[in-house]
Amino acid sequence: MKVLVAIKRVVDYNIQVRVKADGSNVDIDGVKMGINPFDENAIEEAIRLKEKGIVSEIVAVTIGGAANQDILRHALAMGADRAMLVETQETLHSLSVAKVLKAVVEREQPNLVLLGKQAIDDDAGQTGQMLAALLKLPQATYASQLTIEGNQATVVREIDGGTETLAVSLPAVITADLRLNEPRYVKLPNLMMARKKPLENVPLDSLNVSLTHNVQQLKVATPPARPAGIMVKDVNELLSKLRTHEGIIG
Amino acid sequence: MRTLIIAEHNGQHLNEQVARAVTAAQQWQQPVDVLIAAAQPDALAAQAAALQGISSVLVASDAALQHPTAEHLAEIIVPLAANYNVVLAAHSAFSKNVLPRVAALLDVNMLSDVLEIVNTNTYVRGIYAGNVLATVQSSDATQVLTVRGSKFAAAATGNAAGITTVAAPAAPVGSRWVAEAFNKSERPALTAAKVVVSGGRALGSADAFAQVIAPLADKLHAAIGASRAAVDAGYAPNDLQVGQTGVVVAPELYIAVGISGAIQHAYGMKDSKVVVAINQDPEAQIFKIADYGLVADLFEVVPQLTAAL
Repeated sequence: MKVLVAIKRVVDYNIQVRVKADGSNVDIDGVKMGINPFDENAIEEAIRLKEKGIVSEIVAVTIGGAANQDILRHALAMGADRAMLVETQETLHSLSVAKVLKAVVEREQPNLVLLGKQAIDDDAGQTGQMLAALLKLPQATYASQLTIEGNQATVVREIDGGTETLAVSLPAVITADLRLNEPRYVKLPNLMMARKKPLENVPLDSLNVSLTHNVQQLKVATPPARPAGIMVKDVNELLSKLRTHEGIIG
Repeated sequence: MRTLIIAEHNGQHLNEQVARAVTAAQQWQQPVDVLIAAAQPDALAAQAAALQGISSVLVASDAALQHPTAEHLAEIIVPLAANYNVVLAAHSAFSKNVLPRVAALLDVNMLSDVLEIVNTNTYVRGIYAGNVLATVQSSDATQVLTVRGSKFAAAATGNAAGITTVAAPAAPVGSRWVAEAFNKSERPALTAAKVVVSGGRALGSADAFAQVIAPLADKLHAAIGASRAAVDAGYAPNDLQVGQTGVVVAPELYIAVGISGAIQHAYGMKDSKVVVAINQDPEAQIFKIADYGLVADLFEVVPQLTAAL
């Protein structure tokens, strides 16, 4: 069984990004970048399925400029077998990303597509569902547990207030939640070995995907800061302050 | 044209966020319809019909909708969408599973978790864990979006909108509901609670989390939340997670106990009306967004606070 894992390069989750002075966009020049955390869960799950003998080949794919090769090398070092960079300088929104991935899926014919549930830069959380829709495949989002038997995946999904279990026939698109697994740490020798694994550059144009750009970002801004609060010295002072706000405590 | 709201429900009750989506939908100044897709839709349709500001309730009924899949809901919604130029829902695990599928089938983009509707095709939404507000415009013929419920007041009741039946195609094969497990709780839902008491990694264990946080929450009739660090450490279940990767809340009072206040947690609670932070570390980020900060040993002061209430 072949698995395609789609990943994205994002600003490191510990970094608070800043808005450019002209409000045109965020300023990410020179900011530390890395693999989107949920996408790392997706890679880890693919590798675990391979270690169980269920999966035979893992292909990692991302879309963007040459700088994106670093996260593909990271995926290869974790245990992906080969990688593909769909090269473009354009910024693509979720629908366009899903259309590009559809073309990759049609080329690679995987039995399973794994992605993170959401990218922590645009926080859209749409690509997996859109890809499933375009491919007319079943979807299972926010997976916290994945079991594959024969041609069926059983997925425990995180929903509001609990979990839901779905059975989907393969091929299917599954998006990973944080609790699906704990991604392994990449050791230096694995990074060295990953250099020998195949990484293919595919120009976006060569995939013949027709993309529209119907969403424009007009401006960005920093949200208004909460007004500075005060420090209280003990519980009594805290309670007397809270009682100045009508109705919030009895 | 018209606006279609996709209603979330649990089979018996409309989710309280539906009434907030109805308020958001008024921005287009055109008729608003609400879709109820359910196995037994009558009571739900009546609840929806009572919401002020809607023109009609559309009902799609099928036994499989007892536990609907995104695939099935998309099959119902997409044919209806020809009559609508706006399809929206309150942002939740339900809607963010379904609406991207609908949008892709309509070959349009989607705007997730919209905070403000500037005009009929321009929106403000948070990016980078809400640290940046982006104003985005969509020229798609059908606007598909989810809205942050807490940013919109709930529509009043008292209406008696008409109810129309619409087609419910059979559930697609390939995806089957197996089971669900809800965390049983007498407490209010996190997204609806007036008061939220959240615990962080400083609690140190699941037992301490329960022993310190629960009594305070009981006293305040509060929902319990948790930071991602507390969830990752196994102190609290994931559905209590407040933050970028969990639930976004905006209660009247938010009490953060032993939470450092990482960017991704702040995202989930910074719209709370009053924020109280209790943390031993005076440098903790959470104090920067708290109205009232108390630097103290949580194991000492939280029971004091509970006893004093």
